[in-house]
Amino acid sequence: MTDFQWPWEYTFPPFFTLQPHEETRQQQLNVWSELFLKYLKHLNKFTVNINEGSFPLYYNESLNRRLSPSMILQILQKLQSTGHAQPLDKKRQEWQVYWHTLEEYGNMIYDWIQETGQTGSVCTLYEIANGESTEDKEFHGIDENVLVNVLRLLEDKGRCELIEMDGSYGVKFF
Amino acid sequence: MNRFEYIPARLNENESFVSKESQIKLYDGDQKTQFEEGELVLTTHRMFWGRPGEIARAAVCLCLNLKYIVSVSEEQASNFVFGRKTRLILHLRPAAADKQPGPLDNSNNSFIKLSGKHGVLPEFANALRETLQARIWNVQIPSTQTGLNGGEPQETPQDRAAREAKLRMRTGIGGIEKAIEQKTKETEENIALAFQDLRVLMAMAKDMVSIARVISDKIRSQKGEISNDETVRFKSYLLSLGIDDPVTRDGYSSDSAYYKSLAGQLCEMLLDPLEEAGGMMSLADVYCRVNRARGLELLSPEDLLQACRCMEGPMKLRTFPSGAMVLQLDSQDDELTANDTLSLVQESNSLAVEELAKARNISLILAKERLLTAERLGKLCRDESLEGLRFYPNFILEPPA
Repeated sequence: MTDFQWPWEYTFPPFFTLQPHEETRQQQLNVWSELFLKYLKHLNKFTVNINEGSFPLYYNESLNRRLSPSMILQILQKLQSTGHAQPLDKKRQEWQVYWHTLEEYGNMIYDWIQETGQTGSVCTLYEIANGESTEDKEFHGIDENVLVNVLRLLEDKGRCELIEMDGSYGVKFF
Repeated sequence: MNRFEYIPARLNENESFVSKESQIKLYDGDQKTQFEEGELVLTTHRMFWGRPGEIARAAVCLCLNLKYIVSVSEEQASNFVFGRKTRLILHLRPAAADKQPGPLDNSNNSFIKLSGKHGVLPEFANALRETLQARIWNVQIPSTQTGLNGGEPQETPQDRAAREAKLRMRTGIGGIEKAIEQKTKETEENIALAFQDLRVLMAMAKDMVSIARVISDKIRSQKGEISNDETVRFKSYLLSLGIDDPVTRDGYSSDSAYYKSLAGQLCEMLLDPLEEAGGMMSLADVYCRVNRARGLELLSPEDLLQACRCMEGPMKLRTFPSGAMVLQLDSQDDELTANDTLSLVQESNSLAVEELAKARNISLILAKERLLTAERLGKLCRDESLEGLRFYPNFILEPPA
């Protein structure tokens, strides 16, 4: 895995302080949101915890600056508003973050199913996330929990049906 | 109560009426007596108690010689029906041997009380105290100088002096009180005298100020040929200190007129220092400068603030969102100052409040306000960490090229 290319902002101390100036703050949160998605995608990580103090995303060791938990929460809330994040617990400590929105993932998977003519057949979640035939797809390597959420969304639209078998899932597309 | 005598209610020679109170009840010690609802008349020498009308008819009444009274105290009685009222307690000396017969001669209480339906009015109590203090019954007045019956007894200054001397010699609590009063009076006189001196001094100060002004004018006129440092320094002293004829409250009938002209004068004297300080000065600095220049006619912070509120240019009072108040030149523009601050921050990459204060030679409050203003305008952004608050150019909004 190559090293992550941090943006220049990451070495700019004020970037770690929530700015009081409205316009600046919006811009700052935008940059941060983008950085969150990019970095997590780089790590192929789908969950983050606010209190993970030494996580390089929150903490620039060489600069000795770190994001405060309340600021992380703001960034995650911003991501939530665009459909890229979702809290996993009531205290909003644990978050699921995804590079594409659930909707986008759903469309991509459904397109792939149609392309490959698998409509009507049943496949496992592993096949979708880690199968050889999806290696060039954006959703390859997707977290299984996220995938379940994506498929539930598709199910609501009547495009597939989730089948639970012995604690693991199978899915049938229509 | 055995000090009372049965005596016709007539004024003696030298004796005069002092005060009168009606509906008065007498107590022998703490006990009520049959002497209720009567009139009480106080003269310079005695106190009469009679049933309504008796005293006016000069009938035989109860009479207490004032010389028997040692002291007077008060007690408060409260009653559901009548509310609070004041009773007077008169502490008495033992009866003299030559006392005329009176009521309750066998009583051995050493005090009596005066009370009434509504208590004893404070005016009467005061009159009684004053009469007791005057001790006119002790003073020998030549009969030729006695006024008419009912008139005020007249005293010559010598008499008064003699009486006062006698009073001063008195010991006991009365004596001590007297001594304290005397001392207070002396102090007051001393203070008044000192203030007179001060006024003279102030008159002199005015002359001094005018001399200084003449000198400063002279120096001003020779502006071109200032050669040595001392002249320059003297000039700067004079210009920063000299206020000729300070505006004082005395000369104005209304507050607003006073504040207005004060504001005018403040503008005049602060213009140069303000420009020197970069167009802005905290009110605390203004206060110090103004009062140093005024010398004796000091301004109160309240007056200064009011005057600053009246200013209409070329400077104005400005209150920052943080609550800090400054005087600011009208020519001073937030945008310009912010740009100046920004360029300074750019020069040194980042700045803390105290660094800006040092660099621009302004107070910490002003430095902070400047940085915050620039931040509000989006020119700077902040870095808050354990190391303190620092400000950087706003690269977040305007990324460096």
